[in-house]
Amino acid sequence: MKICYYPGCTLKTKAKELDRYARLSAEALGVTMEEIENWQCCGAVYPTARDEIATKLSAVRALDYAKHNGGKLLTLCSACHNVIKRVNDDMTNDENIRTKANNYLALDEAYAGETQVIHYLEMLRDIVGFDAIKEKVVNPIGKKIGAYYGCLLLRPGKVMAFDNPENPTIIEDFLQAIGATPVKYPMRNECCGAYVALKNENLPKERSKAIVKNAESHGAEMLVTACPLCLYNIQKNGGMPVVYFTELLAEALGVK
Amino acid sequence: MQKIGVFICWCGSNIAATVDVVRVAEEIKREPGVVYSADYQYMCSENGQQLIKNAIKEYGLTGIVIGSCSPRMHEATFRKAAESVGLNPYMVEVANLREQVSWIHKDKEEATEKALILVRTAIAKVRLNAPLKEGESPVVKRALVIGGGIAGIQAALDIAEAGYPVDIVEKNATIGGRMAQLDKTFPTLDCSACILTPKMVDCAQNEKIDILSYSEIEEVKGYVGNFSVKIRKKARYVDETKCTGCKICMTKCPSKKGLDEFNMNLKTRTAIHIPFAQAIPNVAVIDPEQCLKLKTGKCGICQKFCGAGAIDYTMKDSFIERQYGAIVVATGFKPIDLTAFNEYGYADNKDVVTSLELERLMNAAGPTNGVLLRPSDMTHPKVITFIQCVGSRDVSGCGKPYCSKICCMYTAKHAMLIREKYPDTEVHVFYIDVRTPGKNYDEFYRRAVEQYNVDYIKGMVGKVYNENGKLMVQGSDLLNNEQIVIPSDLVVLATAIEPEPSVRKIATLLTASIDTNNFLNESHPKLRPVESPTAGVYLAGVCQGPKDIPETVSQASACAAKVIGLLAKDKLKTNPCVASSNEMMCNGCSQCANVCAYGAITYVDKEFRLGGGKTEIRRVASVNPAVCQGCGACTVTCPSGAMDLSGFSSKQIMSEVEAICKK
Repeated sequence: MKICYYPGCTLKTKAKELDRYARLSAEALGVTMEEIENWQCCGAVYPTARDEIATKLSAVRALDYAKHNGGKLLTLCSACHNVIKRVNDDMTNDENIRTKANNYLALDEAYAGETQVIHYLEMLRDIVGFDAIKEKVVNPIGKKIGAYYGCLLLRPGKVMAFDNPENPTIIEDFLQAIGATPVKYPMRNECCGAYVALKNENLPKERSKAIVKNAESHGAEMLVTACPLCLYNIQKNGGMPVVYFTELLAEALGVK
Repeated sequence: MQKIGVFICWCGSNIAATVDVVRVAEEIKREPGVVYSADYQYMCSENGQQLIKNAIKEYGLTGIVIGSCSPRMHEATFRKAAESVGLNPYMVEVANLREQVSWIHKDKEEATEKALILVRTAIAKVRLNAPLKEGESPVVKRALVIGGGIAGIQAALDIAEAGYPVDIVEKNATIGGRMAQLDKTFPTLDCSACILTPKMVDCAQNEKIDILSYSEIEEVKGYVGNFSVKIRKKARYVDETKCTGCKICMTKCPSKKGLDEFNMNLKTRTAIHIPFAQAIPNVAVIDPEQCLKLKTGKCGICQKFCGAGAIDYTMKDSFIERQYGAIVVATGFKPIDLTAFNEYGYADNKDVVTSLELERLMNAAGPTNGVLLRPSDMTHPKVITFIQCVGSRDVSGCGKPYCSKICCMYTAKHAMLIREKYPDTEVHVFYIDVRTPGKNYDEFYRRAVEQYNVDYIKGMVGKVYNENGKLMVQGSDLLNNEQIVIPSDLVVLATAIEPEPSVRKIATLLTASIDTNNFLNESHPKLRPVESPTAGVYLAGVCQGPKDIPETVSQASACAAKVIGLLAKDKLKTNPCVASSNEMMCNGCSQCANVCAYGAITYVDKEFRLGGGKTEIRRVASVNPAVCQGCGACTVTCPSGAMDLSGFSSKQIMSEVEAICKK
């Protein structure tokens, strides 16, 4: 099957592996990720100001494109997923934002949140199925791995509707499917410090260390993540190997 | 033709500021049938009522319309005034110009128009009104109390004190409720059992009180003064009249792994057991889910050892039916389920406990004999962190939007007791706000802070997790504007309380209304706080809203006063606005009986003359006016239009609709 795919800027620069292994694995699983035309930066951070419309427009453009090309938009980067999913929620439920965004864009047909935004992990779970992945694994990973969710995939919980924000399991289920031993540790949904690194280098350092320490104390040998920024912060400060989940998937499927 | 008088009330500025009351009174004079119309500042005042009375006498009014506040407020006042000068009280109609007009509209012109329409509507109805006479029904001089916690116990004792018999129906094997589980009570720190158990004993010894423990309400019929209640006495497999409470069975029972509900599952108990030492009745009960004899047929040890021969494995649920004049609901509360609160790690860590569990851990009769030990390894916790508002004041959807009201005080109590008994223990409390209004309450909390050096931290906790055996409590300290992590040995969650879930079934049986949080509604939040809107049903304790023991006891006594007032009457006046069936039109289809929530409609076979000397026997509906509550459900259901409601006939309602629609 084919599915519209929104890669985002980071996946073209610092996080090329996240993107590359995702595409290779998807092909192996029978899914073709079709990069949408003329996508623009999602804005990276969801704007919370109630009157901020312009920075949401690029997400709406991508969503509208997907609406006319299969109705689903696949995302991979946690930050892009967060922004696009939340903007889609605005377009569905916030009349003020919907009206203004449509006035700006002057589309042939107004966009009102029709597209379904799905993250790559959700695609694996709901479209491919973890059982189907399990059958295609040729190199079981066989390591004790901690899933590091960070915040952007999970919160705000009601809008993202990704998993239980306090006790998520989707990455653990994924790890199980590729033959790894998932290590559940309490701080897997804590914030790594994110962009605060620009202002206060110390804070992400402390946070990343605390996360890694907690994962270690529960027996993890390495961490996986879906977020380039989490990977950056943990890699720089944590002192434990951390990789993108797609890399492990590609390895397990023998397409790395 | 009726002679109708119209009285438009200003309600001070409540109505007059938005409705041109003078214009309404003037214009309405031109309505056919209206012979008198006036406006006045406060129609409900002594002078206002006099104005009405004088007009009735002077103009010989046969019907009156008052344009004022909601009929729920003053209909009774105006009816009484009319009656005092010889006008039938059911010839009074109220047009609601306050709640339905002035309070909800801004534009005076529009509001005045609407007021005119509503007054005309009431006039249209009163034209068709007929004098009605109230009936009488006798009062059964016995009360039912549902729930045997402190609320039910207090209500029963007070009712019995006035000389009326009262039954307590308690679903558990003993009365005592939540209060029996508590260690100490705020703000005086006296032992909960020491002040509760004498009241339990009083109940048992009072010959006016009949305790039906291990029993539940099965069915309720009837109405105020005449309830008929079917009670299920659950099989306890022990004959209450024979068991002496010697507890030999408990020492012999081989099935010892049941969870002890009284100790919040922190301890195990035998299949046959007495819930706690001071249980009333002091009679054993067998848990059928756990008893080997009942489950597999093999065992029977308790029967062999019971000297009194009280054990009966063949016992079945039995039913009794009794009549009551009044019913008190006192079904109490439970702490909310914490499965939705993964952030506090309650399910994953034995040392994260609820406050009610802590009560048992501190109680001399609890699983640790009153020595504070943490459940995981039975060691003394050195650092204890309390988290308040767990599930209370929570609009996220996981918890409850309301304040549970008791948690600030009991957390201060726990903190103080721990610091007093174990001074080397560090105690932290996370709070959103500390809410301690009440006599000697804020002083109590201040003592925890100032005298016992309990560390109160303003802020919420985002996560509790286990790291190398320590519970890391991660929260924000809002006053210092920093995130903090407190490594703790024990974490106590001040868990929100909610009404005991069985209250939903009871509310349905009683047709008592319930709010979105399952609290029973009171008739008026300020002025009728212990009465349910369903006549003859009264509310005591947390089933009505969160409250502590002093408030619960006050409300229970207030309930008792209301019940005594009701039972002291020999007869009650009944509402004459009841349904009746036109037998000539009734086809006996049963639809009215199916919708009647009060069981007021039965069917009779009646002989009708067809003319030419022929007769036929037909089945027709018959309404018992003493049971009918005048809800009108049958009148709108009846396909042949045979059912009608006195005071609210279809003709009257249609004429009101016409008046509203007329331009």
